[in-house]
Amino acid sequence: MLNVAGVTKRFGGLTAVSSVDLNVEQGEIVSLIGPNGAGKTTLFAMVAGFLRCDEGSVNFDNTAINVMKPHQISKLGMVRTFQITQPFAGLTTLENIMVGAYSNTNDSKLAQEKAENVAETVGMTSLLSLGADSLTVAGRKRLELARALATSPKLLLLDEVMAGLNPTEIDEIVAVIKGIRDTGVTIFLIEHVMKAVMNLSDRTYVLNDGKLIASGTPSTVAEDPQVIEAYLGHGAAEAMVAKS
Amino acid sequence: MPALGKNIVFLLGGAVLLMLAPAFISSKFYIDVLTLIFFTAYLGQSWNILGGYAGQFSFGGVMFFGTGAYASSILLTTFGIPPIIGIFFAIIAGAILGLIVGYMSFRSGLKGSYFALITLAFAELLRVLANSVEFTGGGVGLFLTYAPGLSNLQFNTPTGFYYFSLLLLFISIVIALWLERSRFGAQLVAIRENEDAAEALGINTLRCKIYAIMIMGAMGGAAGTFYAQKYLYLDPPIAYSIHLSVEMLLVTIVGGMGTVFGPLIGAFVLHIVNEIARHFIDTPGLSLIVYGFILIVIISYLPNGLMGLFKKRMKQTDATSLDKLKSDEGGRDA
Repeated sequence: MLNVAGVTKRFGGLTAVSSVDLNVEQGEIVSLIGPNGAGKTTLFAMVAGFLRCDEGSVNFDNTAINVMKPHQISKLGMVRTFQITQPFAGLTTLENIMVGAYSNTNDSKLAQEKAENVAETVGMTSLLSLGADSLTVAGRKRLELARALATSPKLLLLDEVMAGLNPTEIDEIVAVIKGIRDTGVTIFLIEHVMKAVMNLSDRTYVLNDGKLIASGTPSTVAEDPQVIEAYLGHGAAEAMVAKS
Repeated sequence: MPALGKNIVFLLGGAVLLMLAPAFISSKFYIDVLTLIFFTAYLGQSWNILGGYAGQFSFGGVMFFGTGAYASSILLTTFGIPPIIGIFFAIIAGAILGLIVGYMSFRSGLKGSYFALITLAFAELLRVLANSVEFTGGGVGLFLTYAPGLSNLQFNTPTGFYYFSLLLLFISIVIALWLERSRFGAQLVAIRENEDAAEALGINTLRCKIYAIMIMGAMGGAAGTFYAQKYLYLDPPIAYSIHLSVEMLLVTIVGGMGTVFGPLIGAFVLHIVNEIARHFIDTPGLSLIVYGFILIVIISYLPNGLMGLFKKRMKQTDATSLDKLKSDEGGRDA
């Protein structure tokens, strides 16, 4: 469904993302993990059209999208959320979600219905008439999700929707994401919270210093010495082996 | 959205009241003041569509007014085309200018103060241009002949112009009401609030902004014809005056940006304050100082304009009903 091949991005002398290949198949939940500064968000931004890649190609449903604008990609059915939430602060929750819903309809009644349905899916029904600027962090993360979902996407790109949430809130949003997948939406997510990734994803890619260092099921990836070193520092893998 | 029915009653009631007003106001002076208020409110609304709804502040809104004024006036003086047809050319000229300015500045990603400055520069450029080419009459200006009649959009009583300006105002309010309820309006507001998020949700932000400036341009063009036929004289400093650019954003900011009735309320208050200050203060220039002082007070204490006063009250009632809803739900759970 999504095919990233040899994608590279340089900022001046820094290579933020270096020839990354990955793919996401219909119906999967795929995650992308990696330490801070690994280039995850940069990779996402290129996939969603917010940044141009210097090399490589991005294909979505067999269409080359690395030359398209974000709104065109969004229309094709691949919608991203933002790590730093970007609500339409002056609008209510309902109006925020309706903006997403308007991408498929011109009719404000239909858009409102769609928005209300989506709000129910993500558990925001009681917050609909509240201003988006008065939502909590968890509320804003849900709003990001709801707005993207209201566009009826085929593939959702979720950028750290669990960052900053407490364990209860994380469990809630994991359930919501699983529910979304069950309605047939494919999900590609960036995540820091390891526990959630283990629970949620079918496959995981690990990015470190802009390069992919491992991929596979979450449990195999978690045992990969390179991954352990990337997260815990040089020598950590041997130390762990020695301990056990 | 449920307030729509109330809005229409309010709108039609207001329209009928204003339509009947000339029957009760015998003073030509007051009719003329009201005409100017409507005219400024109309221009303010044109600014409001791009500035208030889409969040793109322009500082050269007068360029559409001036271009429309020249378009219909030149068509009249050179080709003898009556202004009732000329006004449509003025509208088209304004929209095309909007397309050009919008495409050039939004395409290169100008926003905020850069966009404001580039529109100011465009207006100044057009003023200099109008001064130096021949078909605008250059610095001498264009004189239009006085020939009252509907085809000339000229009237022999102030009441005629009163109704003309009222019609323009009515159209501008209908446009704003449509924006409030339509997808296009929601998209403009989304762009104002967060352009990246809007783009991510599939909104073609470039196209929406260009449409918005074209609507502004079309409205400004019609205002130009109105002005030219009312005052029968046009020269570059009038057609492209910075003063008018400022006035249209001022009435909107004072009244409330991104609201349907903000420009009208702002125009009302500012004109009346201005008239009162002029009436009671004889020292030359002092009335302007008083006017400026009141402006500062309004802008510093009411960042959302006068409409913000109403909105705040509405939000409070919203919040209380939400609390009630929550406690109802709690009751059901228990």
